[in-house]
Amino acid sequence: MAVCIAVIAKQNYPLYIRSVPTQNELKFHYTVHTSLDVVEEKISAVGKSLGDQRELYLGLLYPTEDYKVYGYVTNSKVKFVIVVDSSNTSLRDNEIRSMFRKLHNSFTDVMCNPFHNPGDPIQSKTFDGIVSGMMVQTG
Amino acid sequence: MHMECQEEKPIIYTMENKPIVTCAGDQGLFTSLYTSLAQQLPREPMEWRRTYGRAPKMIHLEANFVQFKEELLPKEGNKALLTFPFLHIYWTDCCDTEAYKSSVKEDMMRWQNSLRAHGSADWVIIVVEANDTKKKNKTNILPRSSIVDKIRSDFCNKQNDRCVVLSDPLKDSSRSQESWNSLLLKLRTLLLMSFTKNLGRFEDDMRTLREKRTQPGWSFCEYFMVQEELAFVFEMLQQFEDALVQYDELDALFTQYVLNFGAGDTANWLGSFCAPVRSWSGLLLRRPIDMEKRDGIQRGEASLLDLRSYLFSRQCTLLIFLQRPWEVTQRALELLHNCVQELHLLEVPVLEGALDCWVFLSCLEVLHRIEGCCDQAQLAANCSHTVGLWAYATDKLKSLGELCGLVSEKGPTSEDLNRTVDLLAGLGDERPETINSLQSPYKKLKEALSSLEAFERHYLELSHAAMEMYRAISRLRSARLVGKSLAEFYMRKGDPERAETFLQEALKSYVSEGWSLPVTHTRKQVAECQKLLGRTEDYLQTSALLAGDVNLTMEERKHFCQEILNFAGKSADHSHKLTLSMGVFAQLTRLQFHPAAASVHSGAALQVELTLQCLMPISVRIQEVAASIHFDVDHGGTHGRSTGVQRQTNPGTVEFHQGNPSVGPPSSSTAGPSLELDEIQDRSPSDNSLNSTGLICKNAHLFVRRHDNSSLPDTPNCVSPPSVVMKEGAQMLKMQDVTLKPGNNSIIFTAPSGQPGTYTLRQLCATVGQVQFVLPHIYPSVQYEVYSQEPQLTVEPLSEPLLAGLPQTVKFTLLTGHYNVKKGVALQLSNTDTMPILPSTTCTARISNPAAELVDEGVLSIQSSEKVTSISLPPTPPYHTLEFQLEVLCIIPSGSERPANERLTNGEVRHRPRSYSHPDTPMTAIDQRMSIDCPWSIYSTLLALTFYIPFKAKHSLLCAGNRKYIQVCVQNVSDMNFMLAGVKLTEKQHVSLELQSLNTKTQQLLCNKHSMFCLWEVRWKDDLPSCLQCVFSANFAPLNQDVSAFKPFHYQFQLERVTTLYSVRAEILPPAGEQHCRSGLLCGLEVCITRLTEPAEGEMADEKTDTDGLRSTKLMYEVADSSSNWAVCGKSSGMVSMPVTANATHKVQIEVMPLFAGHLPFPKIQVLKYLPHTASVPIQPDPDSCVENDSLSLLDKALDDQGDTASIRSRGSVHSVGSGDQQQKGVAMPRLEPFSPGQVFNHSHAQQVLVLPATDDHIMEVNAT
Repeated sequence: MAVCIAVIAKQNYPLYIRSVPTQNELKFHYTVHTSLDVVEEKISAVGKSLGDQRELYLGLLYPTEDYKVYGYVTNSKVKFVIVVDSSNTSLRDNEIRSMFRKLHNSFTDVMCNPFHNPGDPIQSKTFDGIVSGMMVQTG
Repeated sequence: MHMECQEEKPIIYTMENKPIVTCAGDQGLFTSLYTSLAQQLPREPMEWRRTYGRAPKMIHLEANFVQFKEELLPKEGNKALLTFPFLHIYWTDCCDTEAYKSSVKEDMMRWQNSLRAHGSADWVIIVVEANDTKKKNKTNILPRSSIVDKIRSDFCNKQNDRCVVLSDPLKDSSRSQESWNSLLLKLRTLLLMSFTKNLGRFEDDMRTLREKRTQPGWSFCEYFMVQEELAFVFEMLQQFEDALVQYDELDALFTQYVLNFGAGDTANWLGSFCAPVRSWSGLLLRRPIDMEKRDGIQRGEASLLDLRSYLFSRQCTLLIFLQRPWEVTQRALELLHNCVQELHLLEVPVLEGALDCWVFLSCLEVLHRIEGCCDQAQLAANCSHTVGLWAYATDKLKSLGELCGLVSEKGPTSEDLNRTVDLLAGLGDERPETINSLQSPYKKLKEALSSLEAFERHYLELSHAAMEMYRAISRLRSARLVGKSLAEFYMRKGDPERAETFLQEALKSYVSEGWSLPVTHTRKQVAECQKLLGRTEDYLQTSALLAGDVNLTMEERKHFCQEILNFAGKSADHSHKLTLSMGVFAQLTRLQFHPAAASVHSGAALQVELTLQCLMPISVRIQEVAASIHFDVDHGGTHGRSTGVQRQTNPGTVEFHQGNPSVGPPSSSTAGPSLELDEIQDRSPSDNSLNSTGLICKNAHLFVRRHDNSSLPDTPNCVSPPSVVMKEGAQMLKMQDVTLKPGNNSIIFTAPSGQPGTYTLRQLCATVGQVQFVLPHIYPSVQYEVYSQEPQLTVEPLSEPLLAGLPQTVKFTLLTGHYNVKKGVALQLSNTDTMPILPSTTCTARISNPAAELVDEGVLSIQSSEKVTSISLPPTPPYHTLEFQLEVLCIIPSGSERPANERLTNGEVRHRPRSYSHPDTPMTAIDQRMSIDCPWSIYSTLLALTFYIPFKAKHSLLCAGNRKYIQVCVQNVSDMNFMLAGVKLTEKQHVSLELQSLNTKTQQLLCNKHSMFCLWEVRWKDDLPSCLQCVFSANFAPLNQDVSAFKPFHYQFQLERVTTLYSVRAEILPPAGEQHCRSGLLCGLEVCITRLTEPAEGEMADEKTDTDGLRSTKLMYEVADSSSNWAVCGKSSGMVSMPVTANATHKVQIEVMPLFAGHLPFPKIQVLKYLPHTASVPIQPDPDSCVENDSLSLLDKALDDQGDTASIRSRGSVHSVGSGDQQQKGVAMPRLEPFSPGQVFNHSHAQQVLVLPATDDHIMEVNAT
């Protein structure tokens, strides 16, 4: 399961970021922020070749010694980033994809909330619950 | 089996390996053909059809032709593939049957037997046929075919294709070439067949072996060697893709085992890989095959790193053959990460730092290898593939440096040195491949770990390389992260100056993208740098940001806050104060004006309440909070220039919206401020007409500035805050000694409001000791207005319309403006009789403030003298409203009294109220002017009130013979209903006269728009006076009001010539002999005029004394029938001379003819006064009385002389109202004058006579309608 899940606005500021509490939160912020480089690279590369018919799932953005960072971009250029522990080898690509799909669905629900102001940080409890379900359970 | 493998060791593995083809038979013959054969065999590609559904491939076949030896044939169970002879060729050029039978056949037999013994079926016999040999043995030899046939029959049992003829191989002829081609084709086909068959068999065996992997005793290393053999063969066949697949399969298999181990499923053989790591010399990619490592694997002694290294080196070699170098880098990074993870998973004991060494060396080795096979341009274009390795190496070197005490100012400790030695020991000796290379990874690492300087050099070199590459592929965030890491290095090295550059760059990026946690972390590092560098201003600014940063703990925040306060508390050794941006310290969230209108008169109290949200974690005592004010004199006059457009957006409260000061959400910063536009109108001062109009942008300075300077000037987001300057304004709002608590604080200023004009709040400044926090622009702009106003007095009706005759309340409103009404100040009202001010017992005045709140109530004292009513006002402060009510009564003017103009007390000519009819109302209006002297002005204030008379009255005189009646009609023209009571008519002059009321009701309702008629009979005793001065009076009050509310209404009128002078009787006489008149027949009309009274004094003038001495007056009578019922025949009018005595009678006979039958009204008979020209009567210009006519006056003479007025009749109606005024003033002409109503009483008025129709012979006309 994930150790960090982030939702990043089109303008690249974080709408939501949560990591496993036992680990250094700051490190994940840096990791997720840096991963935007690759996200942008992938978006622009895909934009050139395929046009509209692009896949939302960007795949593995980059591996580090300890973590694997996966990306996903909605059509409105909102980015989802999931960080997985490298030692967690049981996770297959399909599982990551389905995590992103779940995340996207929940995000869409948040956006559908008439009281939510798009662009504001996400504070939905439902969304939080979905994210919790995808995070590594510690303690 | 193991032993056999050992035996076959001496095979040299090189890439020059080719499939082995053995050659038996005539070695000399083969040697002569070898060159051609070796050259031509690979020339044409062959299609290799594969088993297991693998795609067919075109393949160029090569072979290593070796002499046949029996040892070359693989023994039973030998799995070696590289040494496997795929094809056996027997060469012969024998054309002699004898020779064949004697030796060759035997030799072939032996060859065949040994092949068969080893189960090899891949052979071919080549018979070379040369022309010269043919010639040599011309006679006794068999044809070539017979030898071939023999061989075929002897050896190729149903396999005729196993014997091939090569004709004239050394000749350059087409036949020879053809022969070669068919031979080569045969060889290639056979080789492929052999490959397919033998490799297939090998693969099957291999699979079987793999399937046994769950059995105990299965060895991965053994299996590795088997599958690698296959990879070698593919490599040998230049099928690198297939070769790579073998290694990838091995890789995956091993990975799976490690993962299974992690899941608790341990394989025995894995134990050898779990041995502690003793060597970390890194990847070695310079050899095609690392035999040392391969041997280790073969022996089962390899460590995990050895196996991974060997596997990767093989994959790398193949990928480079496949020209996929970028896959190498990508796989390398994965491998390195993976190895670290696997060692961790397998819990392999590793010396701390050893893996870092291994990764570092491996990264550099991979990069070196890639550099070796790509040119610079390719490398530059593919930074994205290599940069990961660079960054990884940088990272690892840094952690090695930290481990070995090389990242510090002091240098390594002995403990660090010991550690270094241990690490270097694990590297072993440098391998021979790189021993001569100056830049080998091995040398680099050794050098880097040897000294502080060398480490720094290498580390910087790597860092900069990584950063530059990241920048080149615009991965700026990654570049900044490397930069940040570099900054941390510099900090450790005690070089904050260089560190800050990198930190600021990273910080800028985090701030602009709104990542608060990295911002906080980086900012803290920046603060450290700035503190070390002694850049106080920057440090304090950063500290302020950190003190308000909620990401930090309260302890940390307090620390940074204290840093500011400590500096602020230092004694003033600086001449100027340190200025910091206010936004980081406290935010202006709201500004409120009291009163909310933000517009006050000069001198009024105006308070400005600021809400400051203090971001500091602790309470901060501020020595002074000041707001500078920009003052604009109002040019538009004392009162507001254009009150309509001002402050429609300012309801007294301004909310300031600001983002988080430390991390600005990008949305707000990109949106920028909105335009603030105002309408301006320029009006002409004389007539208030519009000269021009336009729009002004109130916050243009923000937009203009934005053009010059792309960074936001106001927001403290900028990494280096803009220098803020407090501009000294002429006026300031100041507040001393304020303690700002964390959170919202309210500060109330009293705003200056002395001079009229517009005051704009520009800047805000909070001073804490040596530190000033300045908000350079208050945005949106906030202003308030101070105005000045002259006192204004207005009087208006409490209710519309004001009715005359009734007490009406009027409201006095005094806007004091700048005038202070002190005790004893009085208004002087000039009294008028027509509108007295009714005294009232208590009269209170309401005093309200500019906000229309009641402040006070005061008692007015009203003192009336003859000329003046003085109203003493209660004390009222400036800019208050004083209101009081007075009752006034406008007296209804009752008739024609017109007193001479008077002068008012102030010398002005009194304006008599004049009544006039107003177009909007049927009521008669009276404008009543008031003149008030106010103490604040030398001029009198003139005010007008319009009253309306609710009634209209008319009178008429009615007669019956000698009896007289007066009728008065009162019409209520107002909208109210009234009660009328005490209706009374009086005559002023004649006491004897009695007016007897014929009115029954004492009180009567007079509804609006209704009329009331009253009637009186005039009775007199002696003589009826010819002139009556009557006054109609009534009391009226609005309906349902008390008796006391009744007010009088008077109507004065005059009746003249009231007495009946003459009575006129007419009689119609039927024709003679007839009882009734008959239409068409002449009748007689007898008019009898009788003088009823003795002449009165006033009448004497009209009289004329006749020759006979009798006084008589001349009358003119006229019979006129306007309804055409009658035809007057003959004389219709005439003069009558009436003696002026009572009962003098004059009869006139006139012939008339009725024109119709029926009851016909009598013809109209009029009697008029005839005034001869001699009579010089002063004629009253009375429009009611009549007047003469032009024509009549001209005819006077004729009338006089003739006495016959037939001609007059022809002119129709004689008296019409003419405009004879001017003629009266001229020569006194004879004229006719009608009598006043009531002077002549017509007895036969409205009398009728029966007229019968004419005789039967006439046709009666019947009109049916």
